[in-house]
Parts: sequence; C-alpha cells; structure tokens
Amino acid sequence: MIAVAERINGMFKDVRKAIQKKDPGPVIELALRQTEQGARYLDINVGTAAADQQAAMRWLVEVVQGACKTPIALDSQKLPVIQAGLEVCDGRPVMINSVSGDAEKLDVYMPLAVQHNASLVALTLNVDGVPQNIEQRVEIAMTIVAKAMEHGLDPTKVFIDPIILPVTVDQKQPLYICEVIKQIKTVLCDPAPSTIVGLSNISQGTSQRPLINRTCLVMLQAYGLDAAIIDVLDTDIMDATITADVLMNRIIYSDSYLKSARM
Amino acid sequence: MALPALKESYAAGVNVVTLGATKEQGGTRSVAYKIGGAKTLPFMSPDGDPGQKALIAMDVLDIEPDWPDVLKAPFGDALRDPAAWAKKCVEEFGADLICVKLDGTDPDGANRSGEDAVATVKAVLGAVGVPIVVWGCGIDVKDNEVLPKVSGAAKGERLLLGPAKQENYKRLAASCIADGHNLICLAPLDINIAKQVNTLVTEMELPADRIVMFQTSGALGYGIEYAYSIQERQRLAALAGDKMMMMPVICDVGYESWRAKEAKTPESEAPEWGPQAQRGPMWEAASAIALVQAGADILRMRHPAAVAAVKRALKGLQG
Repeated sequence: MIAVAERINGMFKDVRKAIQKKDPGPVIELALRQTEQGARYLDINVGTAAADQQAAMRWLVEVVQGACKTPIALDSQKLPVIQAGLEVCDGRPVMINSVSGDAEKLDVYMPLAVQHNASLVALTLNVDGVPQNIEQRVEIAMTIVAKAMEHGLDPTKVFIDPIILPVTVDQKQPLYICEVIKQIKTVLCDPAPSTIVGLSNISQGTSQRPLINRTCLVMLQAYGLDAAIIDVLDTDIMDATITADVLMNRIIYSDSYLKSARM
Repeated sequence: MALPALKESYAAGVNVVTLGATKEQGGTRSVAYKIGGAKTLPFMSPDGDPGQKALIAMDVLDIEPDWPDVLKAPFGDALRDPAAWAKKCVEEFGADLICVKLDGTDPDGANRSGEDAVATVKAVLGAVGVPIVVWGCGIDVKDNEVLPKVSGAAKGERLLLGPAKQENYKRLAASCIADGHNLICLAPLDINIAKQVNTLVTEMELPADRIVMFQTSGALGYGIEYAYSIQERQRLAALAGDKMMMMPVICDVGYESWRAKEAKTPESEAPEWGPQAQRGPMWEAASAIALVQAGADILRMRHPAAVAAVKRALKGLQG
C-alpha cells in the first residue's frame, strides 16, 4: 500500500503557522518523521494559510525537497497552485492531487501530468456531484481511463479516488467503495489503473476515528486498493496496513517486517 | 491510436555492489567489478536495464580437496597450492573472481587457524588480480574467529566475505563495516529468513549496497526448483521496491552439483550413464544456467569445462 502522508497541510495549526512565518523547521520535521514512518509520498497542501497560495506552495515544495528524497503529492483544487508546485519540482516522482472526473478538466490536467511525468489523482465526481452508487462511480472511472488513453498517460499513473463518505452519512457506502475498487482493478483496462482514497473522511463525526480508519483501510486493501492518504504517524494504522500487505502477499514476511516495510 | 508496446516496467531494481578495489580505490586488485543493477527480470533487456553481467567465481580451497578424480584432473598439483590454483583458474580457465573456501579451518577437519587462513588469502591476493570472495567453513564459532582476522588482513580490498546467518551476523557485519568489505548473507532456502538477515545486518548500518544474498543453492535434480523460485520471487520483490530484497545473489553451484550422484559417480559404477568427465561438468553447467536465469549475479563453480560452457551460454544471453 502506498502511504501518502497527510500532515503537511495548512489546515493544521503548526503548518499554518510555519507557512505564515516562513519557518521551515516544523515542515522539515514533519517531512523527516513521516518519511521515517513509511510515507511513500508526502502530501503538500497549503490550506488557507496564505493569501498567495502559489508562493506558499512553491515554498513548501522547496522546503520538503531540501529535507528528504521522498516523492511528493501536490494537493490543491486550484490549477495555478498545482502548476506553481510543479515548476519547482526537482525531478523526483510527483503526484497531482486532484482533479474531478469531468472531461473538460481531465483534458487540462492529463496533458499537465504527461508533461511533468506526474501521477494524477482523479476523483469519481463530476458537475453533478458525488455519485451515491456503484455504477455511477465506475462510469466516471471509465471516463477517466478513456481520457488517460487519449492523452497518453500510463493508466497505472492514474490514481482513481472513488470518494469515501462518512459512515455516519450512509452506512451502505463503505461496501460500495469496496466494490468500485474491485471493478476498477479488474474490468476497466489492462494494466489496471491505480486506486486511492482520502481515508479519514470515513470516520468524520464518529467517536472511534483511528479504529474506523484502519479497519476501513484494511477492508479496502483486500479489494485491491493501491494507495491511501493517511496519518502515517499513527503507528496502529501503519502496522495494520503493512500487515494487510503481508497477508495479501504484496510484501514478503520477515520477523522485522513492520520495520523493513517502513525503510 | 498506435498499438502500445507490451512492456513491463518496474519501480525499482537490484542494488549495485562493487567487488574488489584497485590501487586508486585503496586495494591491490588489477580490476574491480560491479554486480547487480538489473531493473527488470533476468535477460529481459527489452523491458529495462538488465544490469551488470553475471560473474563466475571459481572455488579455490585452503586444503587439498577430496573431489572426484575428473574434477581434480584439470588442476593437477595446483590443488595443493591455493596461489597456483587461483592463478590457473584466472589465467587458464577465465575465472572472473576467485572464491577462497576455508574448508581447512573446520574444527572437525584440519582445524587450521585464523593465521593459516590469512596466509592463504594473502597468497591468493598476491597471485591474482581479480576480486576475491572469502567463504568460511560454516561453523559459527570458528568463522567468528577466522573471518575477522582475514577481514583485517585484507582491509581495503573490498572482499566479498561470509556467510553471515540469522544467528551469527554481528561479528562478520562489524568486520565488513570496519574493513570496507562486502558481506554474504545466508538463508537456508527461506525467503523470510533471507529478508530478516538483510534487515538485521542493515540495522547494524552496513550499507545495503554492500550485501550479497546467498539463498543456498540446489543442483539439478536436488531441489534447484526451490532455489529458482525463491530467487525469482526475490527479484520480483526487488523490482517492486522491497529494499530488503534488492541485494544481488550468489549461488554455490560447484559444491551442490558435484555432490549429486549423477556428477560424482564414476563410470565404473554406472557405465550406462556415460563418461564422468563429460557428465559431471554437464551437471554443473546445467545447474549454473538454470540459476543464472533465475537472476544469479555470481556463480561459484569448479570444473573448467563447466565454466567454459557457462561462459559460452552467458555470452549468448548477455553479450
């Protein structure tokens, strides 16, 4: 499972303060700690901390790149902010997070991903909103895959996000997401596109957030999930996801597997 | 839309390990070799970088070996003199590396001392310019006494030293770190233990690119399929990015092949099997070719005719 570490986000107080004061210390520390804990990508989101979000994105990317070699995920809904991040990327693997499944938006983001050799997170939502069932999600996923082929983006570099809704909103949804992931991984194209979820949404408004998060993650892995945006500093969720990878024969067991999987 | 080429691509690859150090690099070797580096399955160069070429290390023992006559014949009197034996292997038989096997230090055998082992290794280092592999007798207590002495005496030569095991790795890893050598990590046909030994040694801060894996080998007809499938699985894990599976692999083909009855039985006992002088080297060569196709980076071999056959095959496979 590709762990995309969520902590470098201007929505968190420490990062917000660091962006405002241009203090690289807390960002560097988060980059290093998350890398040590097994992050495969470091998500970078400026949040609402800065008036000039493009400048803030450039600064954050440069600070993170100076601290470690870990690949990065540029997280924004605004195209200019993503472009600002891409401009200062030093050639390490990079993920664009994210774009909706609308054809006209895909026509902009996919060439951008190809140009920068980037992976692209594409959400199964469109102008009509978030689909509430399996079929509509898969339909949007098909649009995304078709657009990737049209633009020459390797399908494995497309990370389709079926959009998790809080369990308190609709308890049928988690199994729907499982089924959507299974279909994306088995019927859309060969090689199959990658899948990703923004996991923490599942537990919004519940009293057992970490437990629900890690249980959900392991379930989704069993259906073929490739990546998740998670709190890698939560030892329990990392141990659970690594163990699921072992049980699914995705990584080879050894007595120190929890450690070696984080190396 | 053009039909896309069906190519596999992989996220990672096998580590590159450097064997031997020239004068400029702090040693005395006339040549240093790199092994590993593959970013695809063995010999699948259309899919990606096939990495460095596989090398052949010919065995030189520190005592006169108790081998079948057909295996002893090509070496003659040199079998009693490791330096002459090594020279013959390199100059006449084209060995890329020499593997000094310290069977003589076995406490149940000749029980030679660490000082004897140092003298043997130094004599071989003096006789040939190729990089050297030094292989202990396999008795942990004795290896812990002997191999650190060899390591210290050959400091800077960038030997490949071992084998380290799950129950016995600390002294050998410490010696390799201190003296700049590479370490062989052994696992008994068990991929989980192989990964564990690599992790333990890495935790001692021996860099991962100074480790070579020895999964233990089998000969044709004697479990080679287990070695083959373990190596194959290990290579796939390396390509998928498992850092503790990215180490290049050494196989002990000579020892395994020549203890198979098909190789060691003289024709007087099995005339229907044909001449042993052909049958033995064929058994060794066939085993070597199978293992190299599973991704072996170094083949330890014995009979010059088998070495020549494998070299011909490798030339066809890797140029």
